[in-house]
Amino acid sequence: MPIPMDVVRISDTVWEIPVSHKPGMLVPARIFATEKLLSDFDDGVFEQITNVATLPGIVGHACCMPDGHWGYGFPIGGLAAMDPDRGVISPGGIGFDINCGMRLCLTNLGYEEVKPHLRLLVDRIAGRVPAGVGAEGTLRLSRDDFREAVEQGARWAVKRGYGWKEDLERTEEEGCLPGADASRVSEKAIDRGYRQIGTLGSGNHYLEIQVAKAENVFDPETARTFGIVLPDQVVVMFHCGSRGFGHQVATDYLRVFLAAMRSKYRIHVPDRELACAPFLSPEGQDYFAAMKCAVNMSFVNRQVILHRIREVFSEVFGKDPKDLGMRQVYDVAHNTAKIERHVFEGTPRELLVHRKGATRAFGPGMPGLPEIYRKTGQPVILGGSMETGSYLLAGVDTGVRTFFTTAHGSGRAMSRTAARKRYRGRQLQEQMEERGIYVRTASWSGLAEEAGPAYKNVDDVVSATERAGLSRRVVRLLPVGNVKG
Amino acid sequence: MTPPYRYLEGIATADVAFEAWGATREDAFLAAADATLNTMVEEIGAVAPRERRVFSLAAGSLDLLLFELLQELVYHKDADRLLLRVRDLRIEETGTGYRLDADAIGETIDPGRHALLADVKAVTLHRLSVEKTPTGWRAVVVLDV
Repeated sequence: MPIPMDVVRISDTVWEIPVSHKPGMLVPARIFATEKLLSDFDDGVFEQITNVATLPGIVGHACCMPDGHWGYGFPIGGLAAMDPDRGVISPGGIGFDINCGMRLCLTNLGYEEVKPHLRLLVDRIAGRVPAGVGAEGTLRLSRDDFREAVEQGARWAVKRGYGWKEDLERTEEEGCLPGADASRVSEKAIDRGYRQIGTLGSGNHYLEIQVAKAENVFDPETARTFGIVLPDQVVVMFHCGSRGFGHQVATDYLRVFLAAMRSKYRIHVPDRELACAPFLSPEGQDYFAAMKCAVNMSFVNRQVILHRIREVFSEVFGKDPKDLGMRQVYDVAHNTAKIERHVFEGTPRELLVHRKGATRAFGPGMPGLPEIYRKTGQPVILGGSMETGSYLLAGVDTGVRTFFTTAHGSGRAMSRTAARKRYRGRQLQEQMEERGIYVRTASWSGLAEEAGPAYKNVDDVVSATERAGLSRRVVRLLPVGNVKG
Repeated sequence: MTPPYRYLEGIATADVAFEAWGATREDAFLAAADATLNTMVEEIGAVAPRERRVFSLAAGSLDLLLFELLQELVYHKDADRLLLRVRDLRIEETGTGYRLDADAIGETIDPGRHALLADVKAVTLHRLSVEKTPTGWRAVVVLDV
């Protein structure tokens, strides 16, 4: 789809589609991107972000991040803040993979120390963190244990020895959204999820061993606060979500909202995937309480995976993970709706912020950040493609215009089918190994689908977020080992 | 034999879209079920008939009935780790919509024998359609992977 004719250039990285663009738009849509990224946006982003602008109760702008692309209902990279008193909540504004997110863990090892053990590390992690279709985790839980876990979040895992107390304060929302209520979750969702804690999933989910090269540190002082202090320091980054549990919660409530939306609440939306209900309605509150369980399940999942990574490093290097400096930098959520306090039109107020394929990026001094990051702003972990690298960014004061939200990745540019036709998994693995990246995958075709050129240029995306004042670069991280889901 | 479905480009950048067809709506539903299975496993013929599940589903419209059927396959993939092929599928009109009864037969996921592809997260409503064509029935589905 070409760029709509009525797009207004606000600055070189901010573009606005006015409410006159489409009947029913309540607020303008804003796209944060360079002109190049904007012109490369795929079909549907413009259509979808302007559809989001029609949702009852939306305030400010319907926003799309620089890594935006086609999604369901909302585009990926979509952001919508609702007035909680009169607005709606929409599962399509959160996504099926609720709280899909990123976690980053440090080591005090340099690349030269890790290099001889890289294969062993990757192979062992692949064995300890199951990935792929229908993979089951290593925790054996009863259904009641699982219910407890999804109500308590990462705290549940830490209490049982899967992690350190300090991991919690270094996790968005401290690893638990209060108000999660497992009685709002279907038995089917429990069936799908209760054996999946500690699993990676598939698609774009991965676990990477990465290197922070000295020349890729853009802000040494902030990098130091984030724990990047050594030349060629090795870190571990991973991306995964709430697995079958979250997918089923989203599916269940999509059904509920579809039925209630028109007949009960007389809400008409331009796309069924935008099915929604008033936030304060029984359906809206039930979904919110169930969605929080899925958010928490994902925090538990990443907490257990972090524990497994620490176990493997500890075994391979014969040292305690604490002596290996394996502190968590941060954990960020991509697909959520949360009540947050923001200054809007000069007044602090509570808003229901939907982020879909977008990352919260609190600026310096904001409540909700742990003491260590008060001055720097929130660490933002942005995953690039498995071939090109990822970034550690920081939240900035100017993020106020997107309710402190930035991009979440590099964003797909090529369809999975096209990538599969163009690349071969085994060949790609060999080529990557020649370039010093050792990959283990649960699926060869899945690997081909994740080839570097299937994604937008991560440097362009990150640079756009910086120029648009959504986040700033701290360190660029290069992959050396990858467990692909 | 060419399967009665094909994967579509240009609809789902990050996900999987397909169209499936058949002479009857039942055939089109069976083709869509195989296309969903084929999104998860390379050779659907490699899925042996060892375990059976019975589906009895209802929905207000044909496209939502297909949504319910495919969602069952996604559910059993996680809940029982089963890969299933649907057979003996019957669709009936009811006073309020449609009803579907079918058998699903397959086996537990075995990464050694099943070349696994993508883990399907959900069936989406995006561009979901079931329509009558001059030669039979056609369904379009987008899966979130």
